[in-house]
Amino acid sequence: MSALRLLAAVASGLLFGLGLALSGMMDPRKVLGFLDLAGAWDPSLAFVLAGAVGVSALGTLARTRMAHPVLAARFAVPENRRVDARLLAGAALFGIGWGLAGFCPGPALAGLVLGLPAVAVFVAAMLAGMALHRLTMERRPGADRGARPAA
Amino acid sequence: MTAYLDPLAGGALIGAAAALLLLANGRIAGISGILGGLAGAEARDRAWRLAFLVGLLAGPVLYRLVSGDWPAVGSVASWPVLVLAGLLVGFGTRLGSGCTSGHGVCGLARLSPRSFAAVATFMACAILTVFLVRHGLAR
Repeated sequence: MSALRLLAAVASGLLFGLGLALSGMMDPRKVLGFLDLAGAWDPSLAFVLAGAVGVSALGTLARTRMAHPVLAARFAVPENRRVDARLLAGAALFGIGWGLAGFCPGPALAGLVLGLPAVAVFVAAMLAGMALHRLTMERRPGADRGARPAA
Repeated sequence: MTAYLDPLAGGALIGAAAALLLLANGRIAGISGILGGLAGAEARDRAWRLAFLVGLLAGPVLYRLVSGDWPAVGSVASWPVLVLAGLLVGFGTRLGSGCTSGHGVCGLARLSPRSFAAVATFMACAILTVFLVRHGLAR
């Protein structure tokens, strides 16, 4: 059971990384081209998002017919629906960083295998930023994990 | 139109990855959450996160085996900008409980109000940042 769960996680990660590579979104130039509405706008990221959200929504639909996941006892999905200052401030900071370099977490991590120094520098700084958040914002590490969205 | 088939198909694979993780393991395929949750997690919870990340890094390798080419990655930012951007992305995704995958791919698909607000906010901020960098500040 546990081994199957790990296998499912590897398979999901593999599909995710393969999809990122095929989509072209590992390239910061394409990401920034999408975000640059005032320049030579490159709409391809919109197609990536449409394909991803579309298929992901099928999964969400299927979930409503299931009492529990195939390999686990329960769905660990955030139920919090309240939009708060933390969420908006975090999203704003993330957006600024995304716009500065054109990297978001998935493509940056997947890009590590290419061995480019720029990707490694970004990922190292991203891990430092996550650690900084843990040190400054999480008063009870682990204690509130159940309430925190895993997204 | 064919130029958009790869992005669409790649996106569909990403969506399939999210659906698989949700339906098999009951988890959200949010990269910043999976990575950030590694720290301080119990060993049992850590294993699937590491397994997912191993798969994620193997993805571009599989792409190379199938297509014959590595995916293009061309950074246009200087190292100080990369460091600043990385810090903002790392801190911001943890504070905001998600990134393009968790809020974008998964959150929008399950119609989460938090994710709609987060996606609108980070898209707007990213677009504004690119505008200022490319058309505002240095010109």
